[in-house]
Amino acid sequence: MSNIAITDAIAPSTAAKPLLTRLGAGFVNRLVIIVPYVWLLFFFLIPFVIVFKISLSQTAIAMPPYTPVLDFRDGISGFFAGFRNLNFDNYVWLTQDALYFKAYITSVVIAAISTVLTLLVGYPIAYGMARAPATIRPTLLMLVILPFWTSFLIRVYAWIGILKPEGLLNQLLLSLHIINQPLVILNTYTAIFIGIVYSYLPFMVLPLYSSLEKMDYSLIEAAKDLGCPPTSAFWKITFPLSLPGVIAGCLLVFIPAVGEFVIPDLLGGSSTLMIGKTLWNEFFANRDWPVSSAVAVILLLLLTVPIMLFQQAQAKAQEQGK
Amino acid sequence: MKSLGSIRRDFAPWNDPNAKPYIQFDNVTKKFGDFTAVNNLSLTIFEREFFALLGASGCGKSTLLRMLAGFEEPSAGRILLDGQDLRGIPPYRRPVNMMFQSYALFPHMTVENNIAFGLKQEGMAKPEIEKRVAEMLKLVKLEQFAKRKPHQLSGGQRQRVALARSVAKRPKVLLLDEPLGALDKKLREETQFELMDLQQELGLTFVVVTHDQEEAMTMADRIAIMDKGEVMQVATPAEVYEAPASRFVAHFVGNVNMFEGKVAERSANTTRITGATGAQIVVDNASDTSKGADIIFAIRPEKIKVSSKKPADAVNALEGEVYDVAYLGDMTVYHIKLDDGQIVRASALNAARVTEDPLTWNDRAWVSFRPDAGVVLTR
Repeated sequence: MSNIAITDAIAPSTAAKPLLTRLGAGFVNRLVIIVPYVWLLFFFLIPFVIVFKISLSQTAIAMPPYTPVLDFRDGISGFFAGFRNLNFDNYVWLTQDALYFKAYITSVVIAAISTVLTLLVGYPIAYGMARAPATIRPTLLMLVILPFWTSFLIRVYAWIGILKPEGLLNQLLLSLHIINQPLVILNTYTAIFIGIVYSYLPFMVLPLYSSLEKMDYSLIEAAKDLGCPPTSAFWKITFPLSLPGVIAGCLLVFIPAVGEFVIPDLLGGSSTLMIGKTLWNEFFANRDWPVSSAVAVILLLLLTVPIMLFQQAQAKAQEQGK
Repeated sequence: MKSLGSIRRDFAPWNDPNAKPYIQFDNVTKKFGDFTAVNNLSLTIFEREFFALLGASGCGKSTLLRMLAGFEEPSAGRILLDGQDLRGIPPYRRPVNMMFQSYALFPHMTVENNIAFGLKQEGMAKPEIEKRVAEMLKLVKLEQFAKRKPHQLSGGQRQRVALARSVAKRPKVLLLDEPLGALDKKLREETQFELMDLQQELGLTFVVVTHDQEEAMTMADRIAIMDKGEVMQVATPAEVYEAPASRFVAHFVGNVNMFEGKVAERSANTTRITGATGAQIVVDNASDTSKGADIIFAIRPEKIKVSSKKPADAVNALEGEVYDVAYLGDMTVYHIKLDDGQIVRASALNAARVTEDPLTWNDRAWVSFRPDAGVVLTR
């Protein structure tokens, strides 16, 4: 009994101080987490709720161009009365006009093809960087990030100058007598692919590089030592171990590419049907805020799935540790 | 000097002039830019031998191993394995396997897939692979860990997986690069004996690279002591210790006392040496030394007796003062400062329980040793 009494007497005094510091540390920790969440609440969640509400409204020739507008002019009951006029008509409309479905599909397909192309271009670059002498790696890394120093818009405009019929590329090919007639690249899907691959390459290269760089080269030597030729060693060891980087890179390219507007607009011409352009048209040309809001909500849901996949892959990579 | 006993009874192919060498380095040189890692080195290793390359870091021992594995090609000279010139044969076609210092286990594969990796490359049939993997897991006592990933294992278990993976293909030669370097002392000592047993059981030729002389002495049939890309001596552990070929080897392996001096007189059986500081030492006849030659007399601490009175029958006895005493439990180490100024290290086994200090700081003391206790070195 006396033992218990002693521990009881000691316990509060020894626990008191750590508890206090723990509370303090907990508060600081929470504060650190709270700041970004408050940010997301105000600048993502609340705007999204507003957009979602607009997507349930009807278009109207008014300011703002939709009805009902929820306000407190008629008191609380008037505010809630407005809810009764909200419905999913716009979403039904999206399913009835094949245009939207096509635009979504085209966007996803273009984004997917572009992602694969970016991976094919980016992997050798990342691999070369990771295998380069350690002294020049920071320079190579810098060169990959360098294009970010110039405005994205200007760089896409520059591609028009390169790809147009009388552009730099055609002039070069013509002068070398490789082609007799200028190639039509601008205002085609090819131009969109070139634009996306070019613009998003760093987002592919950086995660690939980071996963390839930390790979122990003796693993490749071990594979060779056990009778595995170099090509086979790449597919059996290097590639599987770089998968977290491959997945991260692909999602970092795919997600923004689906909603991409500038590149298809500038390089793809008027005929390209991508969801970003459709959204732009609904909003600015048709002034149909409710439908464009519905388009945006669906697009967001379409992108949430890959993001969740991405996070799962990251969690898995973290769990694997090394 | 007659060859000293090998650690295995009746295994000494290096003394047999008719024995066929298994691995042969013929005047091998390896340069990395301006740096010469291996310099015109020749070495012979026999079948079923447990051979150790011992040296400090940067002495070229790992480069030698990597050339054998095929990761580096010699800049000059050739390497023969079982009579076949290895030049130009890539690592994946060489009948040798290596156990890496970092183990290099494939992190995305289970233990059994790691072990099966080399067998799959060979195109071995599936049931056979399964049989061999089970056999290997049993050999390294990891049966219950077959489905684990490397990061779920302890350091010692990973070491055993690496070992199992490297012997699974039954290579002609197993190369081990600091195989026990990452283990703690106790585990390292246990594993040394496990490795020796394994080598006996499988009947393979082992070439191990290590910087740990104790490890090399424990495991190897013969040791090559390397320095600056050259082999200083190749001999059995006992020979390396008892009859070092040079000052470097004597210093590198174990502790040693060195007396610089000149050959003062040679008679039928003995040589008298006058130390640089005047000490007179009589030793059994040293080979190829003539009167007046500059030599070094090297003697191990445990071969020197320390006493408080001059031993009556001692041929060699030098007087001095106790400078330092270190009691290590199993033995006591004395540093005796001789009257000519040289400090001699002597160790005495504490065979009986030490109850009082027989000798202590600043006592007068005599060091004595037999004429055959040390070696005369000419280089």
